[in-house]
Amino acid sequence: MEAVFQISEDILIACVKGEIDHHNAAPLRNSIDESMKAFGCSRLILDFSGVEMMDSSGIGVVLGRYKKLRKNGGTLCISGCSEHIERVLDMAGVFSLIRMADDIENAICILQGQEQMRMEV
Amino acid sequence: MNNEMKIEFSALAENEAFARAAAAAFFMPLDPTIEELTEIKTAVSEAVSNSIIHGYGRLPQKQEENTEYMVELTCQSFSNGKVMITVTDHGIGIENVEQAMEPLFTTGDGEERSGMGFTVMESFMDRLKVTSEQGKGTTVTMTKYLDIVSGL
Repeated sequence: MEAVFQISEDILIACVKGEIDHHNAAPLRNSIDESMKAFGCSRLILDFSGVEMMDSSGIGVVLGRYKKLRKNGGTLCISGCSEHIERVLDMAGVFSLIRMADDIENAICILQGQEQMRMEV
Repeated sequence: MNNEMKIEFSALAENEAFARAAAAAFFMPLDPTIEELTEIKTAVSEAVSNSIIHGYGRLPQKQEENTEYMVELTCQSFSNGKVMITVTDHGIGIENVEQAMEPLFTTGDGEERSGMGFTVMESFMDRLKVTSEQGKGTTVTMTKYLDIVSGL
């Protein structure tokens, strides 16, 4: 498991690769939180297109980041879910809280769209 | 029964990946689909994590590392495409199995637990049985029927 980070404006994009389980959920969580802090980002994209397997520990990582971001007025979008990952996240009702995009570009559009809507209001 | 394997490993989180890879390697000759294999790996990962986190997690560590606590994994395959996976620990056991199996139930020790482990096992496998005795340990038995038509 590893995560590669990219920045687009104030959006942090975390491309997660490999398998997410209880053992590597903690380092993954820490590396995302540290990068958010280091780059001062309030918006996050979790890209799962490189993830082969994920157990329920992944739900904790996603919901944990969601709660943290919401507390600071930030937003989160998920992209690149395989059918397997979508199924696991859907079991916990994650998509009633967090938007899902097909790919990173789409996710950026969603996050920027949300920002624009907020400005119009 | 056609084939069986049994392994025992230390109750360490780093062995979760080993356990699911071992199960996947054992079932590989049955020619499962990638989806079936991912489902099996995920279910094994959940069961083994439960043993490590809940079965042994709250017991005092033996020596420096908890290397003396062991988790057992048994995999069996049958000619009709049925596979059975058993994960056993000799940890503290589950006080209320029914409650533990409820979606979103978690002992909530602030570690971002989702409480979805048993739900994931239930949905990725065809049958799930949990037997537990307090102070003795827990056994999770999972059954799945592989779609073996293509292999014939």
